[in-house]
Amino acid sequence: MLKKLAISAVAALSLSAGAAMAAGGTGHIEDTAFSYEGPFGAFDQNQLQRGLKVYTEVCSACHGLKFVPIRTLADEGGPHFSEAQVRQYAADNFEVFDEELDDFRAAKPADFFPASNLENAPDLSLMAKARAGFHGPQGTGINQLVKGMGGAEYIVALLTGYTGETKVQAGTTFYENTAFPGGWISMAPPLEDGLVEFDDGHADDLHHASEDIAAFLMWTAEPKMMDRQRAGFAGVLILSLLTVLLYLTNKRLWAPHKGKKKA
Amino acid sequence: MSGIPHDHYEPKTGAEKWLHSRLPVVGLVYDTLMIPTPKNLNWWWIWGIVLAFCLVLQIVTGIVLVMHYTPHVDLAFASVEHIMRDVNGGHMIRYLHMNGASLFFFAVYIHIFRGLFYGSYKAPREVTWIIGMIIYLLMMATGFMGYVLPWGQMSFWGATVITGLFGAIPFVGDALQTFLLGGPAVDNATLNRFFSLHYLLPFVIAGLVIVHIWAFHTTGNNNPTGVEVRRGSKEEAEKDTLPFWPYFVIKDLFGLGVVLVVFFAIVGFMPNYLGHPDNYIEANPLVTPAHIVPEWYFLPFYAILRAFDSEVWVVMFAGWVTGGIIDAKFFGVLAMFGAIAVMALTPWLDTSSVRSGRFRPMFKWWFRLLILDFFVLMWAGAMPAEGIYSMISLIGATYWFAYFLVLLPLLGVIETPTEAPATIEDDFNDHYGKSAE
Repeated sequence: MLKKLAISAVAALSLSAGAAMAAGGTGHIEDTAFSYEGPFGAFDQNQLQRGLKVYTEVCSACHGLKFVPIRTLADEGGPHFSEAQVRQYAADNFEVFDEELDDFRAAKPADFFPASNLENAPDLSLMAKARAGFHGPQGTGINQLVKGMGGAEYIVALLTGYTGETKVQAGTTFYENTAFPGGWISMAPPLEDGLVEFDDGHADDLHHASEDIAAFLMWTAEPKMMDRQRAGFAGVLILSLLTVLLYLTNKRLWAPHKGKKKA
Repeated sequence: MSGIPHDHYEPKTGAEKWLHSRLPVVGLVYDTLMIPTPKNLNWWWIWGIVLAFCLVLQIVTGIVLVMHYTPHVDLAFASVEHIMRDVNGGHMIRYLHMNGASLFFFAVYIHIFRGLFYGSYKAPREVTWIIGMIIYLLMMATGFMGYVLPWGQMSFWGATVITGLFGAIPFVGDALQTFLLGGPAVDNATLNRFFSLHYLLPFVIAGLVIVHIWAFHTTGNNNPTGVEVRRGSKEEAEKDTLPFWPYFVIKDLFGLGVVLVVFFAIVGFMPNYLGHPDNYIEANPLVTPAHIVPEWYFLPFYAILRAFDSEVWVVMFAGWVTGGIIDAKFFGVLAMFGAIAVMALTPWLDTSSVRSGRFRPMFKWWFRLLILDFFVLMWAGAMPAEGIYSMISLIGATYWFAYFLVLLPLLGVIETPTEAPATIEDDFNDHYGKSAE
């Protein structure tokens, strides 16, 4: 049995090698304890609402969320705003082009968030899944088993990783960043202490605001995470029970042929 | 169907006789399920059932995904997000399908290496082995094309790199590549044909699986000793075997249960662990990812593909002999397909008179080294093709070929095998004690 365990362990480890080499060459990234992590984790509703505020007041100037329907802001397990609040939010913040009207109109909950305003600003809908914070050791990705993929952690590290150094190259200003692959990013530091004031009175320093937007982007990337974890948990539980029953059945079935005590 | 003597289906009631004289389908099912199976099969023999389960899982989840997916370059990525966000249970179906592919390959690799260790490929089971290898190749084609469908960055660039391999074939390469892609580059035509083929090939695999099962039901299963079931009489055969139903069905289902507990834990709690983050970025022909890496199950062969660059002497030699027709790129392609071809040829490369690796003291160690080599290649395949990684890939690739082309033929001649038990019954009783019956 031990031998078998060892073999499966080696197999599992080696499987992760493929997952490992993601963005490559990123700097040091701290593991953040997010509320949604672990089998029983859940998104923190207040944190998602704060994150939405950071997105709306800061990120949305350049970055879109084009795969996220605005109506999902009312989803249970997500930011869970009331429908009236969502309608108000959509109308207050975004204009969309309506093909029937052939003109722009205020956004409705049924619309999606707009796409990026700037061509070189990536869409953020899936950003928390499109980056991996952890790759090691030696590119095997084994530490992801413990820490998770680290997409949200990467976002926190990026937003807090500016050193203050800048350089100009071919007419573009680059900002030194300890998390960004290559070390120089063309996005100016978007957040700073106290830039976004939170309605719930939560600390608004750079680090906390970064964690809030990262958690929010994890939700936009994986809105069904809670459902999935519940389904996974139920699957594991039911299958474990079935497996135990099959084990006992198998043992009893084979007992008369194995020359030990009869069942 | 089996060459091992056993009871066959006898219709008893009037209705059974009526049907049996017109379509002996009940008899077919009965004989298939009641096949005498060596009773000493160990846990490495459960993976066939896992594979059958994977095929069904992939077809069922795949058919549901197709109901919501749109194969068009402008809509494919968004339609996958639609599945993940708006389709009821869609996120679960998609993650099951995505990780189901990984489980499929995980199981097939254990299944293949089990066959390689216990000599399941040897006479009279060569046809089972060859059909298995064809199934494996079709699985790779299906898996590759399926990975293109979400139309993420790795989908697009993976498709570009892999179809580029066909472009390396001398003379006809460019024309062949254009034919495969449906145009000069990976585009809508490519996505559409990959979608069509991704739907077709699983059914071809299902057909071949039936032939695979038919073939080993004709020869009987191999077993850990490699000793054949005694076939002199039904009584003799029954000392070595037990019917597949219920003994092995229940045992295999228990094994499948353990595997599925782990599988559901992965799907539920880390469904993207085996995937690549870059595939959550929509395909963009203008931006090349920093590292283009295939899915984990292709990595060992990807490492072999990249191992042979223009600095390696065999490559230079091949180029010199053929007057430059075989360049480094084409050599790599030949090496990659060759690595699978030599595996398919093992029935004729292995000269040993003993079937099971259990009784081959030298072979055992070389086989273990082959497993290690497989993992090393998998790791090297995920690394950038430069410096020390190229050297490791080259050593790994060399051992892979040496194992099949040099060691297998040689070991059969120089090795002195240990003594195998005379019968399966002896092996079973050695292990479990004699039955009280």
